[in-house]
Amino acid sequence: MSDYVRQMPHGSNDLARPPSTAARFHIDVPLLILLMTLTALGLTVLYSGSGSDTGAVVRQGRYFLVGYVVMIVAAQIRLAQYMRWAPWFYLVGVGLLVAVIFVGVGAKGAQRWLSLGGFRFQPSEILKLVVPMTVAWFLAERILPPRFRYILGSLVIIGIPAALILKQPDLGTALLIAASGMFVVFMAGIGWRYIFGAVVLAAASMWPAWMFVLKDYQKQRILTLLNPESDKLGAGWNIIQSKTAIGSGGWAGKGWTQGTQSQLDFLPESHTDFIIAVLAEEFGLRGVLLLLSLYILILLRGFWIGLRAQTSYGRMLAGSLTLTFFVYIFVNMGMVAGLLPVVGVPLPLVSAGGTSVVTLMAGFGLLMAVSTERRTVGNG
Amino acid sequence: MPQHIALKDSFRETRVYSARTITAIAIVFGLLALILGRYYSLQITHYDTYRTQSDRNRVQLQPLPPRRGLIYDRNGVLLADNRPSYILSVVRERVSNLDDTLAELQTLVPVSDSDLDNFQKKLKRSRPYEAVPLRFRLTEEERAQLAVNRHQLPGVVVDAQLLRHYPHGTLFSHALGYVGRINEQETWDLDETDYRGTFHIGKVGIEKFYEDTLHGTVGYQNVETNAHGRVLRVLERFDPVPGADLKLHLDIRLQKTAYDALEGRRGAVVAIDPATGGILALVSTPGFDTNLFVNGISSVEYSALRDSPDVPLFNRAVQGQYPPGSTIKPIMGMAGLESGLVTPESTVADPGWYRLPGDSRRYRDWILKIRGTGHAPQVALNMAIAESCDVYFYDLARRLTIDRMYDYMHPYGFGERTGVDTTNERRGVLPSTRWKREAMAQPWYPGETLSAGIGQGYMLTTPMQLAVATNVLATRGELRQPRLVSQVDGQTVQAPLIGQVEARQENWDSIHQAMRSVVHSERGSARKIAKGIEYEVAGKTGTAQVIGIAQNAIYKEEDVAERHRNHGLFIAFAPLEAPTIAVAVIVENGGGSSAAYPIARKVMDTWLIGDESAG
Repeated sequence: MSDYVRQMPHGSNDLARPPSTAARFHIDVPLLILLMTLTALGLTVLYSGSGSDTGAVVRQGRYFLVGYVVMIVAAQIRLAQYMRWAPWFYLVGVGLLVAVIFVGVGAKGAQRWLSLGGFRFQPSEILKLVVPMTVAWFLAERILPPRFRYILGSLVIIGIPAALILKQPDLGTALLIAASGMFVVFMAGIGWRYIFGAVVLAAASMWPAWMFVLKDYQKQRILTLLNPESDKLGAGWNIIQSKTAIGSGGWAGKGWTQGTQSQLDFLPESHTDFIIAVLAEEFGLRGVLLLLSLYILILLRGFWIGLRAQTSYGRMLAGSLTLTFFVYIFVNMGMVAGLLPVVGVPLPLVSAGGTSVVTLMAGFGLLMAVSTERRTVGNG
Repeated sequence: MPQHIALKDSFRETRVYSARTITAIAIVFGLLALILGRYYSLQITHYDTYRTQSDRNRVQLQPLPPRRGLIYDRNGVLLADNRPSYILSVVRERVSNLDDTLAELQTLVPVSDSDLDNFQKKLKRSRPYEAVPLRFRLTEEERAQLAVNRHQLPGVVVDAQLLRHYPHGTLFSHALGYVGRINEQETWDLDETDYRGTFHIGKVGIEKFYEDTLHGTVGYQNVETNAHGRVLRVLERFDPVPGADLKLHLDIRLQKTAYDALEGRRGAVVAIDPATGGILALVSTPGFDTNLFVNGISSVEYSALRDSPDVPLFNRAVQGQYPPGSTIKPIMGMAGLESGLVTPESTVADPGWYRLPGDSRRYRDWILKIRGTGHAPQVALNMAIAESCDVYFYDLARRLTIDRMYDYMHPYGFGERTGVDTTNERRGVLPSTRWKREAMAQPWYPGETLSAGIGQGYMLTTPMQLAVATNVLATRGELRQPRLVSQVDGQTVQAPLIGQVEARQENWDSIHQAMRSVVHSERGSARKIAKGIEYEVAGKTGTAQVIGIAQNAIYKEEDVAERHRNHGLFIAFAPLEAPTIAVAVIVENGGGSSAAYPIARKVMDTWLIGDESAG
């Protein structure tokens, strides 16, 4: 691998100008600014969504602090290193998922956590980064677009952890992880006939999935989505209340901390998965547009980093991470607005919760690593 | 790792990647446009719908039940008030699983089957987000239990409501009646709006008769609630108008005297103030504790009351229909005098029995079995009333005929409801040929006229009617509708004069004197109560046969089962010259009037002297 990771000798006179602080610390400044703006907006909404609980904001702020540190640390590591570690990360991740089955801790009928000396974490979170890293590692040295057998190989890499997570059961995460792996394959340039084939296959497998794979509560969510009024006080409650919250916000919103739906507890999970409804209710469509603009800028920056990446590995990783970030946004905003079934996907960097923040920020660290990799090579 | 590096086409890879990025961006924008379209649709297109829905969510119209009017006796003693009571209610819409919540609540506080039953019925008719009551009168401990577990019980509400309370429940059971939980039948008849938030309604007695007056007008408040139904803020408030307070003519002292005197017996006492028609006492025994009904009586307690042979739930004062017996003799006497058939001096021969012309059957006088002869060889009106001579009135009745008896007696209120302001009043029977033809499709027989002349046979009166008729005698002809309520919210309510018996004053004098002799003459049938009396009483005893006595059988009290013993009756007014009280007493199976007149004496003593027997 060293044959295409060529580094400049330090102190070379060929450098036109001295590296900026940002460059020295492998920081993508536009991305950092966007992320910090999003963080500020997220904490503002969270304050209201948690019922004006300063404690919740401070807690989330601490998670962000950890997240930013993780991001910067992740950005310092060279991509080649990630590539080398990817298979080992993968083995450890899958091992942990298996461990969850035997010694995992559960809540609400799902067994997702591992407890290590009082510290609880979800191994599936790690896989969100490890799966695209591993698939990218697997495909990076192949001739791209990949041949069929490498596509199959990628599917196996994706399938094993996805199946284990589906078993927990955690449909949302399983789908996210599968998607993040598939995005690598997609960005690698897999032929359109495979894509259409997969779409047809997916459509055909809907019936068996409904019959054999989906749990009752997952089916219920889909049925509820189709007709929330059928279960007004049960599963439909969340959707009706969140739609009411969003709709009643109108263009201008009811004002910060003035949302009656969220402040009066009608809106469930108002500080976690359903926080977009708080934003929509209190800041109106204007607020939604602001948030969406930030997200779009981040996505565009992500795609830009991918386009400018110098190695296949970096390209595929950047494309996948960016698209995964988009999936978070799409699934969460769609589910809260009653477009998609309710699956446990947080609104990235806005919903309360430490794990998702740290994972996402680690992902942005990887993006920055890709972004700054370009500089070192580009000057060669 | 296999070495493909030589075959990798870096340029092509970049080109493919760029194409894919553009595709991805296109898809991303397409899907984000879909999301945005959805938010636009919710927030702009359907803004009004969701805005309304959100307002309806948080703003709730809560009824404010009015305070029920209080009831006082004539001295201002509180007879019915409202006490704060804690009610456990459930808001179905806020409960995730109703059955689980009910089960959970039952582990915290006792909930009876009838509570559950009532709850389910009310639940069916409740509006969304309305709190449906499950348990009334929570104890301190129960409230604490619920408070501790409140966070686990969303949709469960404990709040205070005023609940009817009767400080003298048993004493006034029949006079006041009671309120109870609104049942399904009543729900249909009610103005639903006016009874939002009210769970009780007058069931019988004054409580029912004056329901509209006592209830008041419901108020409302608009409140902002959270999803658990907790009220956070009152946005708007329309105060309820409390029900009007009632002041009664009833006097707790008389009530207590009469109740104590009747204690252990079945009977009734009605006392009326002649000047106003106001009812001073209305007692029917046995009574019962009306407070039992306020909360929803347990089925065990209820069946005990319902199935008791003493029928405590039966208001004998207005529902009980008894043959008046000899108590109608003063009125028969008035009929005789007014019709000119008798004079105070005219006499009738009294061998102790009477026989209709051309009929061998002997109509016996009650005195025959005691003395073996009549009251005197010749009996005049005064003696006939004082000693309750049957033969005299047999003769008068025969000559008067039943239809003229009807005409003379009807103005005293017999055979019609008195119109007293309480519920379930019966009308009794004042027989006539027409009545018998219509009611029984039979002709009138002459012998029946004789029975009717001494208040036996078909004639039936309620104690209330007897008291009203006594009042007509006392007031020399005023037929006044009896009233329990004297004031509504401080406004005096007049008992309407509904009739006037026109008669010559000397005839009233004669009858009053004759009734005086009942008590104050040596051979008066109620002479025993004259002992130590400080005022003059006009009275009349009466005995009502419960079973027909065979022709020659001598009636022996001891031989007859208690339930078959004669009813004892007594009517009276006092003081004679300017009556301030008219009383009717009946003691079921009392054996004779001797069971009744001491009670009348006690009541009159309490009223006129306020003696030690007053409570």
